[in-house]
Amino acid sequence: MKIFKWILLWQILVASFVVLAQSSTTSATQTSRSQKQQVQKQPPVNDGERIFTQNCSRCHNAPDGFSPRIAGSVVRHMRVRANLSEKDAQAVLRFFNP
Amino acid sequence: MALFVKTLKLYQLRSRQKRGVCVRWLHIALAASLLFSPLVYAQNTPLISGGVGFFTSTNGGNTTYIPAISPLIQAPITKRLQVESRAYLLDAFFPNGKGYDTSHFVALTYLQASYFANPHVTVVGGLFLSPFGTYTERLSPIWISNFQDAPLIVPIGTGTGAGLGGMLRGNAYSNGKVSIDYTAYFSARSANQQFNASRSTGFRVNAYLPKPRLEMGVSYGRLLQGTNANAVGFHVWWLPPNTAFKMRSEYAHTTHVQGYWFETDYRLSRFGGTESIVGRLEPVFRMQQTFRNAPDATDGLSAQNTQRADFGLDYYLPHNVRINTSYSRQFSASGNRNIWQTGIVYRFLFPAWRGK
Ligand code: HEC
Repeated sequence: MKIFKWILLWQILVASFVVLAQSSTTSATQTSRSQKQQVQKQPPVNDGERIFTQNCSRCHNAPDGFSPRIAGSVVRHMRVRANLSEKDAQAVLRFFNP
Repeated sequence: MALFVKTLKLYQLRSRQKRGVCVRWLHIALAASLLFSPLVYAQNTPLISGGVGFFTSTNGGNTTYIPAISPLIQAPITKRLQVESRAYLLDAFFPNGKGYDTSHFVALTYLQASYFANPHVTVVGGLFLSPFGTYTERLSPIWISNFQDAPLIVPIGTGTGAGLGGMLRGNAYSNGKVSIDYTAYFSARSANQQFNASRSTGFRVNAYLPKPRLEMGVSYGRLLQGTNANAVGFHVWWLPPNTAFKMRSEYAHTTHVQGYWFETDYRLSRFGGTESIVGRLEPVFRMQQTFRNAPDATDGLSAQNTQRADFGLDYYLPHNVRINTSYSRQFSASGNRNIWQTGIVYRFLFPAWRGK
């Protein structure tokens, strides 16, 4: 399947290009996402924001924001699903509900 | 679509066996959560979440229409105990030459109780998503998956997607640089279609490097009766920080078949941000191959070597609505085909009841 080798090669090229191009600048996603967080959540507490950024968009898009009444439930669910450490889970929860 | 219908049948089979027991459990679990939850703190209100969508799939000129909903409930019961469950309801309308046939499908995807025994061990019991590989646990919800069809190799090590029994999981070690987690399970009547309703066991170990956002993991599954077949899998996920690029890949092997998939997606948010017209677009690409070394009608994979390329374009509308479109070309000795799919999915998330 020659075509597949070409597709593969093309993908690798595109991927490396994208990564190179983007890692040099702060991407628009990051800025708009963190701006949104500022609106929804108060200033970052401890490592919460870092842990959120590093973990919460791995499997799905990070949520746009939700009722503070379910913040604990979300974090508990994700602690199980993503096998987050207890410390990280607590930090993310503090980030949601400082 | 064939794959879809096949998966559907598998789920139906499984759910028929288990629905009776599960529904009873669900009622008990819900009753318990409703009784106890108000006692826990305000931020632990049970949540209702999930996706509702409408899908079309065109294969060989025939289009199937599928309205579907997949609701989820997560209910903290005590400080350490919680109940989590997801169901899947759909109707499929497929052409029969004269009009449309419909098939109706309802199943409990999982229903589990999780108990935080200590910082490193969570004990899970019930019907749980099979922890082999990454797709089933992480990407299968309709509001998460970039493509409508699951990867071809998903049945390897996971069978119909769920186990019935117990699971130990947790974070073994983590510092700012690396996080190592594990999941080990035992299933009494395995949903693993390949091993056909048998006992099975398995584990997965992942290492995640949060700075480069790179994850590598190994999965293993074993049947405890009959052929005692083993399944082994590896996955690599890379989501480079400060980019909108994502790469996910998996390889899986079992006695008579092996295969891989990898998927890349790139949200075009550099063009005006995530909320601009262009920035809401996300091209996705998936490449898959399966290789058969001996016939085996029980493993859920095609009898022939198969290659498939999926090209997708997703569009994120405001208010948690996403449109997915894709074109797939599949090559195999039994014939090449084109598959066109579209879908619109709304992701919902709210507290189970109104606050004061
Ligand atoms: C390992 C993959 C993974 C990671 C990492 C992850 N999630 Fe999730 N998340 C999921 C899956 C899968 C679902 C859907 C659950 C289901 O349908 O069973 C989900 C669902 C959710 C939901 C919907 C409500 C719910 O509980 O189902 C929210 C909100 C959410 N995640 C937030 C987060 C946050 C916040 C983080 C970071 C702490 C996070 N996720 C990290 C996989 C992940």
